[in-house]
Amino acid sequence: MFMDFFWAFVVGGLICVIGQILLDVFKLTPAHVMSSFVVAGAVLDGFNLYDKLIEFAGAGATVPITSFGHSLLHGAMAQAEEHGFIGIAIGIFQLTSAGIASAILFGFLVALIFKPKG
Amino acid sequence: MITKENYAKEIKKYQPKPKLFKNCLKAFIVGGLICVVGQALSVMYIELFGFTEKSAGNPTVTTLILISALLTGFGVYDRLGQFAGAGSAVPVTGFANSITSAALEHKSEGIVLGVATNMFKLAGSVIVFGTISAYLVGMIRYLVQQFL
Amino acid sequence: MKTGKQSWMYNQGVFVQASAAVTGPKEYQGPLGQTFDYSYENLHCDEKNWESAERALLKKSVDICMSKTNIREDAIDLFISGDLLNQNVSSNYVAREIPSSFLCVFGACSTSMEGLAIGASLIDSGNCKNVLASTSSHYSTAERQFRYPTEYGGQKPDTATSTVTGAGTILINGEASDIQVEGATIGKVIDYGMSDPLDMGSAMAPAAADTIVQHMKDFGRKPEDYDLILTGDLSSVGTPIVKKMTEQSGYDIEGVHRDCGLMIYHSNQQVFSGGSGCACSAVVTYGYILQQLKKNNLKKVLIIATGALLSPTVVQQKETIPCIAHAVVLKRADA
Repeated sequence: MFMDFFWAFVVGGLICVIGQILLDVFKLTPAHVMSSFVVAGAVLDGFNLYDKLIEFAGAGATVPITSFGHSLLHGAMAQAEEHGFIGIAIGIFQLTSAGIASAILFGFLVALIFKPKG
Repeated sequence: MITKENYAKEIKKYQPKPKLFKNCLKAFIVGGLICVVGQALSVMYIELFGFTEKSAGNPTVTTLILISALLTGFGVYDRLGQFAGAGSAVPVTGFANSITSAALEHKSEGIVLGVATNMFKLAGSVIVFGTISAYLVGMIRYLVQQFL
Repeated sequence: MKTGKQSWMYNQGVFVQASAAVTGPKEYQGPLGQTFDYSYENLHCDEKNWESAERALLKKSVDICMSKTNIREDAIDLFISGDLLNQNVSSNYVAREIPSSFLCVFGACSTSMEGLAIGASLIDSGNCKNVLASTSSHYSTAERQFRYPTEYGGQKPDTATSTVTGAGTILINGEASDIQVEGATIGKVIDYGMSDPLDMGSAMAPAAADTIVQHMKDFGRKPEDYDLILTGDLSSVGTPIVKKMTEQSGYDIEGVHRDCGLMIYHSNQQVFSGGSGCACSAVVTYGYILQQLKKNNLKKVLIIATGALLSPTVVQQKETIPCIAHAVVLKRADA
C-alpha cells in the first residue's frame, strides 16, 4: 500500500518534470506541452506500454494528461474489436466521457458562481 | 558592441534564465503530490464505495476535476500554477483549470457567447490532438491486428 | 519648431496646469503609493468587469485632473487618449463623456508621451488652447487580451512584467506655470528581432536607446544636462541593455537613469522583472515626477515612454515585436 503511493508520487512527479523541461528548455507553450503529452499517451498505448505504467504507478500514470490519450485509444480499440473501423469513432470518447463531461459541468458551474479574481 | 545582428546573443547575459533545477523540483513535488491525492481517492473509492481498481478511475478523475474547478474559482490555482509550473499543468487538474479559467474569464460576455463559446479556448488543443492521435494509432493497430 | 532630425522644441511655451494619477491596490502598496491621487481598493475598481474597471480608472483620472484647475470642461479644446485594449475602447468610451474634440492614439505603452507630445505641439502651434492627455492600462484586461485568462495556472518566466493597473491624465496649455513642457523627440519603429511576448524589456530596449541618443543629438545635449532620464517600462531586463546601448553610442546615462517599471513596485510584490503597461510611465510621471519638479527636487527630466507594438495574433504568426519610444522634456519653468 505504501509503495503504491510512493510510486504514484515518483512517476507522476517525473512526468511533470518532463513537462517542465519542455517548457523551460525547449520553450514550448503550455498548450504545446499538453498536446504533445496526449499524443505521447496515445502512442505509448499503441505499443501496449501505458497499461504497464499504470499497473506499476497507479494514479502516477492515470492522473497526468498522458492518460487521456491512453484512454481515448483504449475506448476506440474496444469498439473496434466489435464493429471494425467504425468502432474507432464509436468508442473513442467512451472511457474519457466522465472526465470531459465533468470538466464541462464543473467549469460551467464555477463560471456561473464565481468572479475572476485577477 | 551590441548591434542589430548580434542583439539576441549579446543580451543573453541580461535575461534571467529559468531556474531549471528549482522549477523541476517544484514540478516534481507538486505533480507527485497531486498524483498521491489521486491514488488516495482511488483507494477510497475502492475500499469504501465498492469500485474495482479499473472502475475507480472515473470517480477519481471526476473528483480531481471538481477540486481543481473550485480552486480555480477561489483564485488559488493560478498561484499554484506560478509556483509549480508543469507540476500543476500536466495532471488532469491542469486540464480542468484551463477549461474553468477560460469559462470564468469570459463570463462578462454572457453565458452563451462568453462562457460556453470560450470554454475550450485553451483545452481544445488537448482534445483535438488526443482524438486525432488516438484515431491514427487506433487505425494502425486495427490494421496490424487484422492483416498480420 | 523642428529641432534636429526627429525632435520638436516648443518655443511658444507649453505648461503643465494639472495632472492626476489613479491606480489599483497593488500600486498603492508600492513605494510610490502615497504619490497617487487616488487608488482603488480592489482590482475590479468597484465595477462588474475588467474592461469597465479600466474605464473607471481613466474617467477618475480625468475627473481628478479637471478638479485641480478652474478651467471648465467646455474650455478643453482637445482630449487625446489611448490604451491597450482592442480598438482603444477604454479611451473611446471615456471620450463620449467629454464634450471636446477627441484624438485617439495608439503607441502601446509609449502612449503617455505620444499624447503629451502631440498635445504640446498643438498648443505650441496655436491650434489648441487647452489639451487633456490621458492613458490607461489594467492588469487583468491586458492579461486576458494578450496572454491567458487571469485564473489560468500558467507559469510566467522571470523576464515577464506585470501590467500596471492605473490611469494618468495631464492638462496643458500656454499659460505660464511651474512646470514647462520643453520639447519632444518622436521615435522610430525599431525591431531587433525579439519575439518573446513574455520578455518585452529586451524587445523595447533598442527603441528606447535609439530615441535617447537621437534626442541628445537633436538638442545637442548630454545626459548630465538632465537630473533624471526616466524610461517607461524596460524593467530589470531592459534597463541594463539600454544603458549599455546608449553608452556605446557615446552617451552614458548610468548616473541619471531610472525606470518607472522598477520604481512602482517593491521587489517582493511578485511582479517578475517589474511593472509595464501604458499606465506605468503615466502614473509615475503624472504623480511622483511632477510633484518632485514642483518641489524643486528635480529641475529637468527626460521621460521616454516605451511601447511594444505587438498583438497576440501576429505573435502566434511567428512575427517579431516592433517597438517604439517617445521622449518628452519636462522642466521647471525657472530652470
